[in-house]
Amino acid sequence: MMDLSVRIGSLHLRNPLMAASGCYGYGVEYANAVDLSSLGAVVSKGLFLKPREGHPPERIVETPSGMLNAIGLQGIGVHRYIAEKLPELRRLGATNIINICGSTLDEYVELARILSDVDGVHALEINISCPNIKEGGITFGCSLHGTFDVVSAIRKVTHLPVIPKLTPNVTDVASIAKAAEDAGADAVSLVNTFLAMAIDVETRRPKLSNMVGGLSGPAIRPIAVRMVYECRRAVKIPVIGMGGIATATDVLEFMIAGATAVQVGTANFVDPFIWTKLLDGIERYMARHRMTCLSDLVGSIDTSTREKQWVSS
Amino acid sequence: MPLDVEAKVLRNTRLSSDYNIIALEAPEIASLVEPGQFVMVKPGRGSDPLLRRPFSVFEILRANGRIEGLTLLSKRVGVTTQMLLDAVEGDIVSCLGPLGKPFVPVDPPAQAWMVAGGVGLAPFATLTEALRQRGTTSRLFYGARTGRELFHLDWFTSHGVDLVLSTEDGSTGDHGRVTVALERELKRATGALTVYACGPEPMLEAVAGLAAAHGRPSQVSVERVMGCGMGGCYSCVISVRDAGGGHHYVRSCIGGPVFAGADLVWD
Repeated sequence: MMDLSVRIGSLHLRNPLMAASGCYGYGVEYANAVDLSSLGAVVSKGLFLKPREGHPPERIVETPSGMLNAIGLQGIGVHRYIAEKLPELRRLGATNIINICGSTLDEYVELARILSDVDGVHALEINISCPNIKEGGITFGCSLHGTFDVVSAIRKVTHLPVIPKLTPNVTDVASIAKAAEDAGADAVSLVNTFLAMAIDVETRRPKLSNMVGGLSGPAIRPIAVRMVYECRRAVKIPVIGMGGIATATDVLEFMIAGATAVQVGTANFVDPFIWTKLLDGIERYMARHRMTCLSDLVGSIDTSTREKQWVSS
Repeated sequence: MPLDVEAKVLRNTRLSSDYNIIALEAPEIASLVEPGQFVMVKPGRGSDPLLRRPFSVFEILRANGRIEGLTLLSKRVGVTTQMLLDAVEGDIVSCLGPLGKPFVPVDPPAQAWMVAGGVGLAPFATLTEALRQRGTTSRLFYGARTGRELFHLDWFTSHGVDLVLSTEDGSTGDHGRVTVALERELKRATGALTVYACGPEPMLEAVAGLAAAHGRPSQVSVERVMGCGMGGCYSCVISVRDAGGGHHYVRSCIGGPVFAGADLVWD
């Protein structure tokens, strides 16, 4: 019997696969195609207190083995989410991690307070890393103090697992992870997208209405693996890894680098039925390596012959 | 529930240097398709190109009373459409669908006026079949750059559709845009009719405006840059009027691609 379950603080997940925030709507969009209870967790689209319109189109553009997005966190706000989406997610048996966004520290705290009293909310992912909005968000996640302040303020008002989602658009992501841990985070998730740009040479215009956007997809995977590895070495709390995961091999690579669980975003756009394929591939790997417990893989990277060459950070 | 089928290319008919009709063995999807619905398509397995692209289903293929697959009308505009143009029999094309809200066909005595611009012809073969089953009289206003890019005319004629053709170079039918012919006919139309449109957005805006000006309902199929087709990514939004007099972004993949023309706010 294979055990694919993993633990993120007090949260027990049946497997390490989560649908990434901003890549799965509110989850209910996929309920006619996927058994949401078969996922480790569904991470909601980022929620503010109030609804938001987001940016005008064009909101995405494809790039080599990846895509840029600047959606601008269009969303229905936390109250409509609780009233309109959460009941169905509860009925479907999904494990729900709610991604919360604030323009101010107070907004994060208020969101955490509201969601802590709601049945069916299993954890909070703190969005301090969206590259596509001007106020709040990434400005917290780009500094040690900002990260510490947001996480510790939320920590004071909730018993839910608190998972800050980190931006890769910093010099040293491991130090940000450490600040989050010091502030009482239960885990960190990374990476959000890389700030990037694409220009139409015929018109000389930026391809996105917002000019810049976040790069995701297989193109960023090796950078994300490196950052997960760095964070795993810097903190004791679980690391949730993401960035271009599209196959079971990619899931395993992140886990070996140090991810306790992973999130899949862009690849779900290409294949909404990816989840069973990933689980099948993981189980085949476990059988081939005579493993019974997938969590044994976490951080199992063998650096014994390579450590001397490690120079970064 | 949408299905994902690794569909074999049954045949690929090149219509011009840019246009082709590709036939895909996807009977499971084809048997569920309603007029105006789309599929998300990915030729090739690699990550470049990465995302699927949306295509209206053009025809439902039947052989010996059995549904065999579907076809797509494609115009070469980028990497994926180039791959679809170059595909050969036996190639595999990943096909996810059917997706989106379909056209609502009108019943007699109302007439159906379809307006197609270029590759926007795609959803009107299946709509024609649905209208014909209802006994609804239909016309197709069909415009292209040149007469050589007006396709499938015999098929529409043989299915009882009255054709009104326009070309921008005047080589076939009326000289000018398809909306010129539409406006002329709307001015002298009597009796109830619904306008259906698919094509470039400036054309859709003009058609929706003309229909409204003549007191006719319209249903338009929009094409926005789409990431997933399932409502997950929020990239394909279009501005839709709300009751309060404002407007808000709606995902065209699940809120559309067919919208009431009067509901849309154009950029």
